[in-house]
Amino acid sequence: MRIELVKRKEHSQLMAMLSPLIAVALTALAAGIIFSISGHNPLVALYKFFIEPLTQQWSFEATIDKATPLILIACGLSVCYLSNNWNIGAEGQFVIGALFGSILPVLFPSFENAATLPLMLIFGAIGGALWALVPALLKTRFNTNEILTSLMLVYVASLILDYLVRGPWRDPDGYNFPESRIFSDAATLPEVFGGAMSLSAPITVLIAIILAIVLAKTLKGFEIRVMGESPRAGGFAGFSAKGLTLFSFALAGGLAGLAGTMEVSGALNQLLPSISPGYGFTAIIVAFLGRLNPIGIIIAGFVLALSYIGGEGVQSAMGVTNEIASVIQGLLLFFVLACDTLILYRIRFVSRHGSQGEASHV
Amino acid sequence: MKSLLKATVAALAFAAAGSTAQAADVKACFIYVGPVGDFGWSYQHDQGRLAVEEHFGDKVETAYLESVPEGPDAERAIERFAREGCNVIFTTSFGYMNPTIKVAKKFPDVKFEHATGYKTADNVATYNSKFHQGRYIIGQIAAKQSKSGVAGYIASFPIPEVVSGINAFLLGAQSVNPDFKLKVVWVNTWFDPGKEADAAKALIDQGADIITQHTDSTAPLQVAQERGVHGFGQASDMVNFAKDAQYTAIIDDWAPYYIHRVQDVLDGKWESGSSWEGLAEGHVVMAPYTNLPADVVEMAKATEAKIKDGWEPFTGPITKQDGSVAAEDGVRLDDGAILGMNWYVQGVDDKLPQ
Amino acid sequence: MFEAVLLTVITAATPLLIAALGELVVERSGVLNLGVEGMMIMGAVVGFAVANQTGSGFLGVIAAVAAGMAMSALFGFLVLVLVTNQVATGLALTILGIGFSGMIGEAFIGVPGLKIPELYIPILSEIPFFGPVFFQQDSIVYISFVLVAAVAYFLFRTRLGLVLRAVGDNHGSAHALGYSVIRIRFSAVLFGGACAGLAGAYMSLAYTPQWVENMTAGRGWIALALVVFSSWLPLRVVVGAYLFGAVSVLNLHAQAVELDIPSQLLSSLPYLATILVLVLISANRRLTLVNTPACLGKPFVPDR
Repeated sequence: MRIELVKRKEHSQLMAMLSPLIAVALTALAAGIIFSISGHNPLVALYKFFIEPLTQQWSFEATIDKATPLILIACGLSVCYLSNNWNIGAEGQFVIGALFGSILPVLFPSFENAATLPLMLIFGAIGGALWALVPALLKTRFNTNEILTSLMLVYVASLILDYLVRGPWRDPDGYNFPESRIFSDAATLPEVFGGAMSLSAPITVLIAIILAIVLAKTLKGFEIRVMGESPRAGGFAGFSAKGLTLFSFALAGGLAGLAGTMEVSGALNQLLPSISPGYGFTAIIVAFLGRLNPIGIIIAGFVLALSYIGGEGVQSAMGVTNEIASVIQGLLLFFVLACDTLILYRIRFVSRHGSQGEASHV
Repeated sequence: MKSLLKATVAALAFAAAGSTAQAADVKACFIYVGPVGDFGWSYQHDQGRLAVEEHFGDKVETAYLESVPEGPDAERAIERFAREGCNVIFTTSFGYMNPTIKVAKKFPDVKFEHATGYKTADNVATYNSKFHQGRYIIGQIAAKQSKSGVAGYIASFPIPEVVSGINAFLLGAQSVNPDFKLKVVWVNTWFDPGKEADAAKALIDQGADIITQHTDSTAPLQVAQERGVHGFGQASDMVNFAKDAQYTAIIDDWAPYYIHRVQDVLDGKWESGSSWEGLAEGHVVMAPYTNLPADVVEMAKATEAKIKDGWEPFTGPITKQDGSVAAEDGVRLDDGAILGMNWYVQGVDDKLPQ
Repeated sequence: MFEAVLLTVITAATPLLIAALGELVVERSGVLNLGVEGMMIMGAVVGFAVANQTGSGFLGVIAAVAAGMAMSALFGFLVLVLVTNQVATGLALTILGIGFSGMIGEAFIGVPGLKIPELYIPILSEIPFFGPVFFQQDSIVYISFVLVAAVAYFLFRTRLGLVLRAVGDNHGSAHALGYSVIRIRFSAVLFGGACAGLAGAYMSLAYTPQWVENMTAGRGWIALALVVFSSWLPLRVVVGAYLFGAVSVLNLHAQAVELDIPSQLLSSLPYLATILVLVLISANRRLTLVNTPACLGKPFVPDR
């Protein structure tokens, strides 16, 4: 007997709804088994991992804070991936964006007025976009594989940050420790909703919604999808593959740079030798978990952020190692990807002898 | 679905039961920047935590979070501990400084202890150790033992602590052999065994026959062992990794400090302050001297005793690399100058990255 | 002196070379596995653990290869049977591998490792210069030499190699000709896993004989870059791996002889050099088009 996949004629709406839930249930099951094996009560651990963060206001807010940069970066990446541009260097674009966004508060600290913050955000988006355009231009100009150039530039970006924070941009009053000066109030992203979250959260949701509309309703969205699925057909329609590569990279880099600036301006208030706990890489997962759809990405970003906060909770309360959280994230992604197959395909079991054995529906 | 619901209810009950079962008088919590398994910086802090558990038994409960990146994650982790009823929270990396101060403002009743920083508050104390004292001793040993008169120094990042370590090492070496040379390689990482090993090989190939490091892995010592040269352990006693190569190691022993401070919290006597102690108080410990002739061991022990009696390795005459005088004969650098050091002493074969 | 530097370069390059060779075969069959880092770190921890428990470096290496293959089988099942997205699945594999390796390795922290003995090849090792550099190494280095030759021979001189390349270039036609695309790709993925596991074993049993979390420190990603760098040609992987090794080792030497350059710039040289060479190679369209597997990363579902 062997397993065979048969393409569904129409996407099953029911499966599309159920598949993420099945994936989460399977992850919970696998996580429970791992917790038991490592000698912890699986029910308590699962509760602490998946549910407790939602029951308290502060941890709920922390989850939103953690999810925000992931969602914003993933939104940009989804446009890249939809159009078959494999940008995996968002981490570097995030860092360079943060650097550009910090030019005003670090080098011109006395420039404090209502324009400071908007200018910082614009600079940040420009910086990220410029950094992202490097692999894009190399791809369109020299046909260089963008997966690798964008990845290599991540390392370069973090070394630039390191150099600046330890050297020219070091806080003059910081006893030679590697940190920039603290940003002034005018350069700090304000909190909204009575301090419940940083302004970055509503900005991010707004951008995601706009992007969802653009993708679904506009010609540009159509172009992105067509070029992703069939560049030849897109060519006949008069779309330019190179133009779209530049566009999608610039957009993804711009959003990553914006996220970077909002992170240093809102959460950190200064530059440090390392400013991102791998947001740019985690966002790739978020983009796929959200099925490259901005609204799906909002949910996926929240779920993944939950797994971080929950992972910390389990660790602090039960002494479970940090690695378990990483294993559970990996498993979650596996299950989501595997379950998504059920949307596009039916699985049928074919017996070795049966010429056309009746397909069993799953 | 029904069984899932049941499970959730059961989990809730368990969780509730768990939170009332705590009987300890004090909860001490620790935040580490690396994995506990780095066998270096974070590992040694965790050894300190375990010592606290052992010392106080049921009276003190501990918890930790490992691999917490500096930045917003750190602030959240610290805040989590503050909310979960920790009485004292040790944040063990320089980059946790501003998050610690921020969270401390919100939780005036919780005590915070930040390692290696310089900002204090009513409920935030800082602590660090005088590692440079140990570096002076190993510098002396290096100069005695080296045949080529050149040592190699694998350095992580040019922060004051690392720079003062390099200077102390060379001052120690120069006290034995004024012409001693020191080659420095910056690897721009605290922890990458492969890269550290490569750096050690490069330094040996450039003529160094003593290797020392301010990075966390045991790889450089393993290379020294393999190549038949010698070196020193970092953060923990690494003699198991290099039986014939390790002369001694500078051990970070956080246990005395942690036990002392947790005791203060238990007694209600905790006060903010800045602790910066070294060999005398046992915060820095020299591992047993091995693979050394008796006279060198004697010298090292004599220096150790001198430092314990209050002598400071950064006592003049000290000349900076550019020839200017850092300290006149007999003048001792003040703590601020050592903690913020950003210049080399004369004789370092490197230019300080700025 | 030069000889000593070369020795260091070889050690630094070998794990990259082995992992990249494996991935090259995988990509030639049309599959992109971004999980090299995850498979490598699993190989490192399992190799160390087994060597430590049994006292045999050989068994450690075998176990590491098996661990790499097990990880790649998981990837293969998802990507080939369930047709999941290859980029996302590969990333998930890396996350999973880093997590699992940390869990397994907990017991082995601070335990001195076992180094695979060096193997001096008689007579050859006495040749001046070449002898010490090429014939006084640990056994995995020799395996890497053999692997290069074997992969090159297999891909371009055997029928099966031709079939594998055909599957990577046009899975539709290969399927129509009656070849089992899935089976061939699965075998290639397993080979890639075995190589990554071996590379991991080299890290924890030869390069730096110890186990510490995250000890591969991004080398899996560099191996991936080397595959493209080589434009999918095995002999060029050797050049790439050794070049990368040389640039990173020379960076350290440049510092030791006191060149006045910011160390961050030196540290970023290997990455910048990789980009530069990638550009130079890919600018030559004829060459890349011939060698790039046309179906790389594209899912295959036989339509019936």
